[in-house]
Amino acid sequence: MELSETTAQATAEAKSNAIGTYLKSHLREYGLLFALIAIMAFFQIVTDGVLLKSVNITNLFLQNSYIIIMALGMLMVIVAGHIDLSVGSVMGFVGALAAILIVQWGWSMWIAIPICLVVGGLIGAAQGYWVAYWKIPSFIVTLAGMLVFRGMSLWLLDGQSVGPFPKSFQLLSTGFIPDMLPTGYVADVLGLKRFNSTAFAAGVLSAFAIVWFGLKARARDKQYGIQGEPYAFFVGRNAIVSIALVFIAYKLATFRGLPNVLISMAVLTVLYSFLTQNTTLGRRVYALGGNIKAAKLSGIKTERLTFLTFANMGVLAALAGLVFAARLNTATPKAGFAVELDVIAAVFIGGASMSGGVGKVIGAVVGAFIMGVMNNGMSIMGIGIDYQQMIKGLVLLAAVFFDVYNKQKQS
Amino acid sequence: MTPLLEMRSITKTFPGVKALDSVNLSVKKGEIHALVGENGAGKSTLMKVLSGVYPAGNYEGEIHYEGELAQFNSINDSEDRGVIIIHQELALIPLLSIAENIFLGNERSKNGIVNWHETFRSTEVLLEKVGLKESPNTLVDSLGVGKQQLVEIAKALSKDVKLLILDEPTAALSESDSQALLDLMLELKEQGVTSIIISHKLNEVRKVADTVTVIRDGATVSTLDANKEKITEDQIVRDMVGRDMAHRYPERKRKSGDLLMEVDGWNVWHQDHADRQVIKDIKFNVRAGEVVGIAGLMGSGRTELAMSIFGKAYGNKISGNVKIHGKPVDVSTIDKAINAGLAYVTEDRKTLGLVLEETIVKNITLTNLPKVSTNGIINHAEETEVAEKYKAAMNIRTPSVFQQVVNLSGGNQQKVVLSKWLFAEPEILILDEPTRGIDVGAKYEIYGIINELSAQGKGVVMISSEMPELLGMCDRIYVMNEGAFVGELTAKEASQERIMSLIVTE
Repeated sequence: MELSETTAQATAEAKSNAIGTYLKSHLREYGLLFALIAIMAFFQIVTDGVLLKSVNITNLFLQNSYIIIMALGMLMVIVAGHIDLSVGSVMGFVGALAAILIVQWGWSMWIAIPICLVVGGLIGAAQGYWVAYWKIPSFIVTLAGMLVFRGMSLWLLDGQSVGPFPKSFQLLSTGFIPDMLPTGYVADVLGLKRFNSTAFAAGVLSAFAIVWFGLKARARDKQYGIQGEPYAFFVGRNAIVSIALVFIAYKLATFRGLPNVLISMAVLTVLYSFLTQNTTLGRRVYALGGNIKAAKLSGIKTERLTFLTFANMGVLAALAGLVFAARLNTATPKAGFAVELDVIAAVFIGGASMSGGVGKVIGAVVGAFIMGVMNNGMSIMGIGIDYQQMIKGLVLLAAVFFDVYNKQKQS
Repeated sequence: MTPLLEMRSITKTFPGVKALDSVNLSVKKGEIHALVGENGAGKSTLMKVLSGVYPAGNYEGEIHYEGELAQFNSINDSEDRGVIIIHQELALIPLLSIAENIFLGNERSKNGIVNWHETFRSTEVLLEKVGLKESPNTLVDSLGVGKQQLVEIAKALSKDVKLLILDEPTAALSESDSQALLDLMLELKEQGVTSIIISHKLNEVRKVADTVTVIRDGATVSTLDANKEKITEDQIVRDMVGRDMAHRYPERKRKSGDLLMEVDGWNVWHQDHADRQVIKDIKFNVRAGEVVGIAGLMGSGRTELAMSIFGKAYGNKISGNVKIHGKPVDVSTIDKAINAGLAYVTEDRKTLGLVLEETIVKNITLTNLPKVSTNGIINHAEETEVAEKYKAAMNIRTPSVFQQVVNLSGGNQQKVVLSKWLFAEPEILILDEPTRGIDVGAKYEIYGIINELSAQGKGVVMISSEMPELLGMCDRIYVMNEGAFVGELTAKEASQERIMSLIVTE
């Protein structure tokens, strides 16, 4: 009797030990999630509930979409061991190009958009060429690019703002998915002015999908004896994420539904998550950033891979430029000014390492939301841009300090 | 006579592990004391305790130095008392000159202004002492590892060293550089410097040491006094591993098959100095199931030869032919070389072989990702299975294949590098110093793996600076000197003397 008790105690102890070590090694990921929740809770309280109002949640997505789109590409650039300082300028330049093509020349957006994306890709490729094949530090190449393309958008716009864009182009950013379900009565049942069932259903479905794929991955891990996340953590994390998704979907549904740009953002996030975690291409980028010499000696074409990450960054910067121009409904020479810093900060807050080889897409996205919620919350509170910048800077430093401190404690 | 240093029942615990368990070490004044033990036995931890990296109070036990209780709280404390440790990874700054390096942190200066005249004069005296014929102005960058080691020792001498600790000083040195270093140690002994040498090379230990202390699993196993008894290598090995090692090289049925690879007319010029030829008209071959050795001094061009063949990973203006199974193959890029059936296992696993922060799984599959992928999408389950297979086959000691390789010991890291290259399914493996810096037990396992490969009919080219290893493992040995092959010996003909004489007479 006594014996079995001590054994039970020992197993319980071992179990709590295992959870402890797991938590320690994944502190960063949970920390990030909790930081986002804590920051949202804080602003929800200090803004008297404005932060989580339907209209503001919708705004949050619209405001941050272009940052998140670029953070996806920046993550890969940083994982590959580089940096791209030119993305803000490239974004502004492509927005200006779109305005010239569509507004001034009257081209159809269906021709102009692909051209803009290709131009973005070419700009990225041109910078990647110097970095990959001539081994010029990316900091310098993209610093040059930042100046060049800032100058080019000024030149292109002749220092003026150009707009407005046609309605159809604006929808790229400010459009919403119409309610496609024949469930108009739901709003009446709930006693609401309006209720977009499609938006709500999409939220619920994606929550289900996340749990479903999570369970499947867990089952597979178990089959191969991989020590996965402790069950309690798995349940807790999924519960929080699912509730958040359903909550956000509900809020969106009671306003104007799903913003178009949220769809593109979500699709791109899933796509890049998959690309980085499940494809040979993604794996090789991590190896390249982790140890370029070893990667090269393993037969990986490191130059081409570096080149591609920059080209990819260019395309995403172009997309961000289009989204931004559509939202502002005008192209200005100042568009995208200093945006590269927000993008880079989002990626580092999301846990990427300056030396390359480390970082996750989902981290970069959460990092971007942390920055976005802070921007939004502080603006609602009426905090001046001066204090906003100081606070954002300190948050970035704190996040990276947390990383370094963790790493030191582990070793 | 009281000993210069006495460490009494030193115990050091890390969370979960007892790294040192009442270790005793007594070093007499003016002797060379060798500290030997397998990797992870606790030698380095003991030296960190001694030099104050782990400050007093961080461990149990007492250190008596020069007859009094010593409480070193930092490296500065111990250096002030003349205890100087030279680590395996040299701590020199490549782009500073020899003189600047020697007096770094200890500058010959007045009010913060460096006295260069005095600095150079003192450096010249020190270089004379260690027998290094270089100008004090020479950048450390341009020196070979052997000479850099001498600079480190000169730096130690500049600080009035009383107890010099050398952590595996010859691990990266060629035979002749090692010899010079050992001679220098003996000379310093004459001048009254006491040294502790940590080494895996037992012949060297036997050559210079007055006393040998063997550590195993964090405890002192034995202390042997060379002046009282004759110490044999077998005796040390027995104490180190706790068992008899009748054969240091596992037996292998030697049978070589058809010609597998032929290299002919191979010429390579230096990577950075295109006017310097580093490989001169080399011709050699490897048969299926054969282990072929390449012997030579450090800097003779062995690594350059291997890397230039492996997809031009080194060198300029490379010319020559490579045939596999009698057919010419294109090895102009690394992936073409891999596809042709070549694998090169680097001598520098940390910087060239592994992505240290990644897991064992990801390191192993890197050379051949398509094999565990469909349409560019990695099958994680299959990948894990592959890693598990190699973990078992190679006896990689790790709790999980999802461990980061940075956390593994040197021997286990080497097994991961070998696994990664076996996963590429090569026919010919070029192993560059496959046992450098790993302990006796792991070496034996690596030899076993090499034998297994040859039994499977693969061709193995083995580059090594340890001649006994080549003699014990190879069917044939090519001797290389200054970029050219100067001889070829069969296993029967080969001996250390013959190899050396081929190098020297050329």
